Amino acid sequence: MSAYSITEPSRRAKLVAGVLVCLYAFITLLPLLWIISTGFKSGPDSISYPPKVIFEPSLEGYVNLFTTRTRIAPEALAELPPPETFYDKIVRERDMVIAGPSRFGERFMNSVIIGFGSTFLSIFLGTLAAYAFSRFKVPLKDDLLFFILSTRMMPPIAVAIPIFLMYRELGLSDTHLGMILLYTGVNISLAVWLLKGFIDEIPREYEEAALIDGYTRFQAFRKVVLPQAATGIASTAIFCLIFAWNEYAFAVLLTSGTAQTAPPFIPTIIGVGGQDWPAVAAGATIFLLPVMIFTILLRKHLLRGITFGAVRK
Amino acid sequence: MAEIVIRNLRKEFGTFTAVKESSFTIGNGEFFMLLGPSGCGKTTTLRMIAGLELPTSGEILIDGEDVSQKPASQRDIAMVFQMFALYPHMNVRKNISYPLVSQGVPRAQVQAKVAEVARILGIESILDKPVSGLSGGDRQRVALGRAIVRNPKAFMMDEPLGALDAEFREHMSEELRALHDRMGATTVYVTHDQLEAMQMGDKIVVMNHGVVEQFGTPQEIYDHPATLFVADFIGSPSMNFLRFQGSFRPGDRAVTLGGVTMETPELQAEAGARDLVLGVRPEHVTLVDSGAYRGRIIAAEYLGTTQIVTLDTSHGTIKARAPAGQVARVGETVGMTFRAPTLALFDAGSGRAFRTSANAGVHHG
Repeated sequence: MSAYSITEPSRRAKLVAGVLVCLYAFITLLPLLWIISTGFKSGPDSISYPPKVIFEPSLEGYVNLFTTRTRIAPEALAELPPPETFYDKIVRERDMVIAGPSRFGERFMNSVIIGFGSTFLSIFLGTLAAYAFSRFKVPLKDDLLFFILSTRMMPPIAVAIPIFLMYRELGLSDTHLGMILLYTGVNISLAVWLLKGFIDEIPREYEEAALIDGYTRFQAFRKVVLPQAATGIASTAIFCLIFAWNEYAFAVLLTSGTAQTAPPFIPTIIGVGGQDWPAVAAGATIFLLPVMIFTILLRKHLLRGITFGAVRK
Repeated sequence: MAEIVIRNLRKEFGTFTAVKESSFTIGNGEFFMLLGPSGCGKTTTLRMIAGLELPTSGEILIDGEDVSQKPASQRDIAMVFQMFALYPHMNVRKNISYPLVSQGVPRAQVQAKVAEVARILGIESILDKPVSGLSGGDRQRVALGRAIVRNPKAFMMDEPLGALDAEFREHMSEELRALHDRMGATTVYVTHDQLEAMQMGDKIVVMNHGVVEQFGTPQEIYDHPATLFVADFIGSPSMNFLRFQGSFRPGDRAVTLGGVTMETPELQAEAGARDLVLGVRPEHVTLVDSGAYRGRIIAAEYLGTTQIVTLDTSHGTIKARAPAGQVARVGETVGMTFRAPTLALFDAGSGRAFRTSANAGVHHG
């Protein structure tokens, strides 16, 4: 007699579930795969119809992304010394020479500074505020918490024009500081609420034990509460970073040069020298990497973090 | 080690008063029990002694020094929590050494001290394990280790056995008591379990609704409860209460209820006609046919060496602890006698015991 288990799914159920998950993953990942592969296509391959799934890989997109180029006459090209590097070679095949680096590097660094800067600030302030809300008697605590949450109730872009005017007056337009403050302002409510939940879950006895063991309140916070809240901090940081990293509307509105981030920059590639889809796809691919790496690094914490509190340990 | 004096201690949380004007003294080296039902203020009292709550008013003296407004870190006491509160991100060794590290004790000394504590508690083999995988008993030992490693002035224990299963609790309570006897440390122990309090404590404070009901040795509290609450809370089955109306004068040696004269210890107080309660422990009720006070047996529970016989009388039900061999048939009416020196007489209105020759020396809360 074969034994049936009530709690274990049957082999058939597992098989069906497996197929469904794979199918879903494929559908979800397809656009991503398409972008990554487009980044390695040559210009003509990227717009060929029917679309090419198998193609000869080329780094042209990446070279175009990081450089500006000038077209010169074939006779002049022939007189030049032979190309020194692989990217010189790729460019010359298109009758062009490299005129200099593109702005992508700078814009990417802006994204890194603004994204990670605002994430750090949100987490720093959010953790302290959440700890205070969780542990101390704060006058009007509930009203304050609701007020903090209410800042998320309207889409931030609804106040775009007041913010635009305000930033112009304050000289914060197109500055790193301005963008960091803006993204921190949007993220802080999320950070306070998420982290308060995590800190509420940490039994007070841990800190009390530390207080009795001779530590000050701040030492107890740093040495006992923070390591316990690491999971919550990691998952909150990922949420904050994803928002700040991907934000487009405010970036378009408030930045144009010095502090322009990658999202508003990438589409501008289309306008320069024709619709260079491989370069756009290359930009998008590189743009994906930091959040992906950050999430993978914190993955262990994130998995525990998202289900935190669901099950009592 | 230290003597702890509590004077008129009071704690209010908003409009709720958790502890009302409590006073008692914990002697040097005593194993002191704070006993009471949940919400009686015993944990709040402990937390005030430890410095985790600041009192609204009153004084806490440790070794003669008023520490009532000092932070916990300056009081030099150690605490064992109900859920142990071991630092989950550290291994056993780090947990135990943590209080020493906070004081800046040199590393070699920390190592030596931790090794010594581990030997006392028999946990040498688990020193390098993470605390998350430990059994309840080992966690308890680690928590104790963290408390004793520092040689503090006193130990606070908040229901330290509450999280253990019944069988292990017994074993651990013996271990705790033995550890205390060996170290001679002043220990304040919170529990809601009267058996635990009787079994382990040198002194017991019984609290209810934020008030100290009685303060004394286990024997005093069991034999001469100061209030109806204490009489009811301590003992299983608890004291029988016979409610009647009557009066007495100092020097009387008996009261009359339902026409039957009951001998009592010599009464030292005076009471005009009022509602009174006569208290008698089940083991001091003897079922004899000659007994003038009579009741009908409504149940008998066999417990091996003894049996608990429940009787219906004109003043309510009475439980008697009788020898297991005695015949007690349900439905029969039998006589009973009460052992006179053990009886207590309470005022039904205030719930307080009247002074008699028996309880004269007992401290009333």
